[in-house]
Amino acid sequence: MTELLFGMLHIADATLRVATPLVLAAFAGLWCERAGVVDIGLEGKMLAGAFFAAAVAAMTGSPWTGLLAGVAAGVALALVHGFACITHGGNQVVSGMAINILVAGLAPSLAFAWFRQGGQTPPLPGSARLPAVDLPGPLADSVPVLGPVYDVLLDGNNVLVWLALALVPVTAYALERTRFGLRLRAVGENPAAVDTAGLSVAGLRYRALLLTGVLTGIAGAYLSIGHGAGFVRDMTAGKGYLALAALIFGKWRPWPTLAACLLFALTDAVQIRLQGVDLPLIGTVPVQFIQMLPYVLTVLLLAGFVGRAVAPRAAGVPYVKER
Amino acid sequence: MVNLAAAFALSGLVILAIGENPIDVLGLMVREALGYPEAIGYTLYFTTNYIFTGLAVAVAFHCGLFNIGGEGQAYIGGLGAGLAGLVLFGWPWPAVALAGVVLAALFGAGWAFIPGWLQARRGSHIVITTIMFNFIAAAVMTWLLVDVLIKPGQQSPESRAFPPESWLPTVDRVLAGMGVTVAPSPLNLSFLLALAACVAVWLFIWHTPGGYELRTVGRNDRAAVYAGIRPGRAVIVAMLVSGALAGLVGVNEILGAQHRLILNFTNGVGFVGIAVALMGRNHPAGIVPAALLFGVLAQGGANISFDFPAVNRELVMVIQGLVILLAGALENLFRPSIEAALRRRRRDDDDGAVPAGEGRA
Repeated sequence: MTELLFGMLHIADATLRVATPLVLAAFAGLWCERAGVVDIGLEGKMLAGAFFAAAVAAMTGSPWTGLLAGVAAGVALALVHGFACITHGGNQVVSGMAINILVAGLAPSLAFAWFRQGGQTPPLPGSARLPAVDLPGPLADSVPVLGPVYDVLLDGNNVLVWLALALVPVTAYALERTRFGLRLRAVGENPAAVDTAGLSVAGLRYRALLLTGVLTGIAGAYLSIGHGAGFVRDMTAGKGYLALAALIFGKWRPWPTLAACLLFALTDAVQIRLQGVDLPLIGTVPVQFIQMLPYVLTVLLLAGFVGRAVAPRAAGVPYVKER
Repeated sequence: MVNLAAAFALSGLVILAIGENPIDVLGLMVREALGYPEAIGYTLYFTTNYIFTGLAVAVAFHCGLFNIGGEGQAYIGGLGAGLAGLVLFGWPWPAVALAGVVLAALFGAGWAFIPGWLQARRGSHIVITTIMFNFIAAAVMTWLLVDVLIKPGQQSPESRAFPPESWLPTVDRVLAGMGVTVAPSPLNLSFLLALAACVAVWLFIWHTPGGYELRTVGRNDRAAVYAGIRPGRAVIVAMLVSGALAGLVGVNEILGAQHRLILNFTNGVGFVGIAVALMGRNHPAGIVPAALLFGVLAQGGANISFDFPAVNRELVMVIQGLVILLAGALENLFRPSIEAALRRRRRDDDDGAVPAGEGRA
């Protein structure tokens, strides 16, 4: 019984760790897509965040400076996206794709040139990584059931795990209940109306993109200096696209998006444990089928076979003020 | 043109940031790509792939669709080519090549059909579905190569190698048969197939009713409906053609160069296709030189690291990214200033010719 409980708790803990960068990146996408800017460049911004965070942490030895550098990289790329899509009305998908390819080349090139270690940063010592939050004392012995939950699931998580969890209610509140959130959603649904009300469409969209940049930078930093210890080539490995899938699967709403991130992370955590295991009735499931599950689910959802996902109406359309 | 120059100028800045002289690096890239016969063969072999994916992206663009799934379609197309090689094991090359071309195109088209159908009939966004299908293709191929098609009794996930008599002949062997000696390279007959595909795409897009319907839907699908065109059908046709073109990468790679099915042979060709199509303005006559440029970058980029230890081959992706950004997303960046400059010059000319310049807008 205790063994089963601990097994489940470890899966839950692994899920939480895998879900953190997904949540950060998916909410990054949520902010800008609700404002009407499609961003398939989440992957690239995350990778840039991961690289610059690790590089600066390796040079300065301070994880916080590293985090700041990661955020700066995310914001800089978000501004490039904004400059292309908002200021110049360029194609948002093309711009996002360009950022992805650019960073996929830039990060290993710079890593190669700066550190001469085959496209990665040197491994970071513990002091140059973002700390885990240690809660007081193990409680497993004194408190039944909740004690192990506390020890395994809650204790010893990276600070960014908590930040990601805090992000969900804050986003939900800001989007639904604040003036800024309302205006942002309006800009994503009907920018002309917002313009008529005397608000700047471009300004609101730029602000949304700033949030996107910050969050993708943090997501990248989590990978390289929180969860990992240094930047390695292709570190994001499609997590930006997976976050995009989670955002769509969550129908562009905060709480369902969180649920989608947790679901996708759970498939990842379970997949490692299911390798070569015989399941009753189905036999061994090849790992690859579990890996592709999130993508298949998203396609099915988009096709309207599982519920219906409706994007913000003005998403992807550059806004041109009428003359 | 100005945008391209800006993209290369920015790339030069990146090389400077790495600590090398950009002119030396780019010069060596060109020399490594075009300086000697073997290099030219390799360059054209990469160019072949980029022509296929560039055309694939362009055909979809003409219908207003952004096909990011070239990567997955090429991967699955390679499966088709590989199955031709495995099923017709040991057959002479013309039979294998014919079956390979047909199967690669069919498989690629099939993989593109699903997102196309979903867009046309269920309204799901093609960009997202094609991204998802890239990942699904990668997972399916890994599974097939690890569990199903793997050569028995070996560890690395790849299929049996095809016997040399079913290989698609390389250009050096064909020319040797005609008495001309050129340096051996993986450049093979699919290069000619790529050039033929350019002509076929040009004919299809601009000289057939199907191509006309496709372009009309791409311009304005509501107007297309009034013209009696069914947009859904045009979307599906565009994606089928696009996927088939991307799938043909598999012929070049699997039958022409690798001679067996391996993992990740596509190596980003689908994404380079986006840059090629944008640079080539979605026209075959522009796509061929654009593909050649990226072929030069791919071949030159692979070889510069010997001479410049601080530079590695991923630098080429930086240039690709900047080209897509500046030629695609920021295409309007310099337009106002260039237009203003042209207008100013014209006005100067007019002032010279017609004394009383009537206030023109």
